[in-house]
Amino acid sequence: MAAMADTPVLYVRTAPAEKLPPPVASTGFVGWLRASLFSSAGNTILTLACAALILWVAPPLLRFLVIDAVWSGPNREVCLASAARPEPGACWAFVRVWLSYFIYGFYPIAARWRVDLFFAALAFGIGWLGWLSAPRRDVGALYFFAVLPVLSFVLLYGFPAIGLPTVATNLWGGVLVTIVVATVGIVASLPIGILLALGRRSELPAVRWFAIGFIEFVRGVPLITVLFMASVMLPLFVPQQLEPDKLLRALIGVALFASAYMAEVVRGGLAAVPRGQYEAARALALTYWRMMGLVILPQALRATLPNIVNTFIGLFKDTTLVFVVGIFDFLRTIEAARGDPKWATPVTATTGYAFAALFYFVCCYGMSRYARSVEARLSRSDRR
Amino acid sequence: MKRIATALSLALLLAFSAQAARAQTLQTVKQRGQLICGANGTLAGFGLPDPQGNWTGFDVDFCRAIAAAIFNDPTKVKFVPLTAANRFTALQSGEIDVLARNTTWTMSRDTTLGVDFAAVTFFDGQGFIVHKSLKVSSALELNGASVCVQQGTTTELNLADYFRSHHMTLKTVTFATADEAVKAYDSGRCDSYTTDSSGLHGERLRLTNPDDNIVLPEIISKEPLSPSVRQGDDSWEDLVRWVHEAMLDAEEFGVTKSNVDEQLKSANPEIRRLLGAEGQFGQSLGLTNDWAYRIIKHIGNYGESFDRNVGEGSPLKIARGLNALWTKGGLQYGLPVR
Repeated sequence: MAAMADTPVLYVRTAPAEKLPPPVASTGFVGWLRASLFSSAGNTILTLACAALILWVAPPLLRFLVIDAVWSGPNREVCLASAARPEPGACWAFVRVWLSYFIYGFYPIAARWRVDLFFAALAFGIGWLGWLSAPRRDVGALYFFAVLPVLSFVLLYGFPAIGLPTVATNLWGGVLVTIVVATVGIVASLPIGILLALGRRSELPAVRWFAIGFIEFVRGVPLITVLFMASVMLPLFVPQQLEPDKLLRALIGVALFASAYMAEVVRGGLAAVPRGQYEAARALALTYWRMMGLVILPQALRATLPNIVNTFIGLFKDTTLVFVVGIFDFLRTIEAARGDPKWATPVTATTGYAFAALFYFVCCYGMSRYARSVEARLSRSDRR
Repeated sequence: MKRIATALSLALLLAFSAQAARAQTLQTVKQRGQLICGANGTLAGFGLPDPQGNWTGFDVDFCRAIAAAIFNDPTKVKFVPLTAANRFTALQSGEIDVLARNTTWTMSRDTTLGVDFAAVTFFDGQGFIVHKSLKVSSALELNGASVCVQQGTTTELNLADYFRSHHMTLKTVTFATADEAVKAYDSGRCDSYTTDSSGLHGERLRLTNPDDNIVLPEIISKEPLSPSVRQGDDSWEDLVRWVHEAMLDAEEFGVTKSNVDEQLKSANPEIRRLLGAEGQFGQSLGLTNDWAYRIIKHIGNYGESFDRNVGEGSPLKIARGLNALWTKGGLQYGLPVR
């Protein structure tokens, strides 16, 4: 028996077999390809179709926007087709020359630092509130909702008493107007929308009927009609001295309009909160507002976050409609500039619109990405 | 009931005070220290901002001329960009003092909208642009041609009328927007493109090879462009009209921006009356007697404004044509100052 222990058993391994590499088809780049692009016949067809689409669209786009593009120059001559450049590309030189107009509109050049300061203050506020682990976000909220509006008004409109001359709103334009209208709309629509949504579910008939009437009326009329009424009909009824400022009219119109939509989005969220939550909150003897603020709304808003962001993005793009009131928003400034005979070429308008598309895409995609990161953070509690 | 009556009378009072303010536009403008002018904002040569955000253009200069006459300062104008849809409302409601937004003077507008047109500052009309390779020099040679045109405009109707009245056959190719129509013309889908001649010259520059295309001399419709004011303030309308006449007279007498100071000493009685060296003509408008001198000094005469904004001195290079002085075969006839 002892001898047996000494002789190695030939068919028993003493060392583990060398690990085989996993099948090529399931790891690395090839594996990734198989798993995410070619996992089934249907997916393979889709992948090939998308690849064909990209190959079809991307090279000409890239050639127009980057390779053949003209980046600087004094006038239209540089953007025209020539022997060296038979296919003219985007005329970015035109955008460069007009860029300050696209951003500030008619805002006096000497006072444009005020707009820059406003952009900086706004970015600071958004950053403070948006960065979820930033310190003292309660102060941030105070800054954003109480200090910033006053600061912006003083900066942009002016306050002669402290040496900032008044800049009438008819001189505002470009990105400035787009940002102001969008920010006011977004910031105003959420609280008003929440109040309207609560009002619509209220047990007090007067409140309920007011909320329903407001929401249904505003939703039933196109935004462009509201703005048009404000610009064309209002001046005929109201004497000139009492007439509200044009930009203010547009701001109120956009804010009310967005609120009505927001109210319905929030109502959807409220409906999604189980009845037991209301009953439990009541059982804890919470008042109506504490119940809403501490129990119901946090859940409702979280459930509707994608829809809220959707409304914001829609609103951001709807700001272009303010041109019917004669306000030159970002898109309108581009449309005005493309008529400039100094820069009139076959590619000028295309370049202008490409620039506008880029701007709106960056803004909207930024909002959408941010919302996704917030959603991911909020859903951590679900996974626990 | 009493409350309603109070509210009503308050509203009436406000309405009347607004009405009273409208009757004396010049007074209001002087008090405000600024003229408010409705302008286009998107039409090259007529009303368009430059990259620094300054308003430029033929209509814009007209408003500056009014400001120069009143304040001796052409910068005292606030420009309000207006669309075709809201321009008359802006004027009727008193939001602007004068509308200079390439607006055609038509009978229905003059008689029904509560506005008055002051003077034709620009005789516009529909024209044609053709490829040079067609070797066409007159619109009458366009028999059988295909013409690109924007859909649903008076332009489209004028085109059909013109071809029918000249017994020519026509192939119209219509597009929803002017941009598409121009693109199609540029790519060779049509022999010709038609729109108002003031716009035609701007569109020409957007073509791939502007020099391979010519604008034909024929103008087939009447589009007299005129600044307008609210009805019911005749003295303000007079002022706006005479700003235009003064600029025309100045061109006719050879008074320009650069020589206006020397011309002040001219012996020519017509020039002396125009520039205020003789007579009290400015006062009768509610202005100072050097009102026309101020216009010429700051803006220049009609020809100078035309050249700078839309004529040879600008990229548009619109020929004077109907807008030449009557002494040179055009229709611009300055009324006498006396």
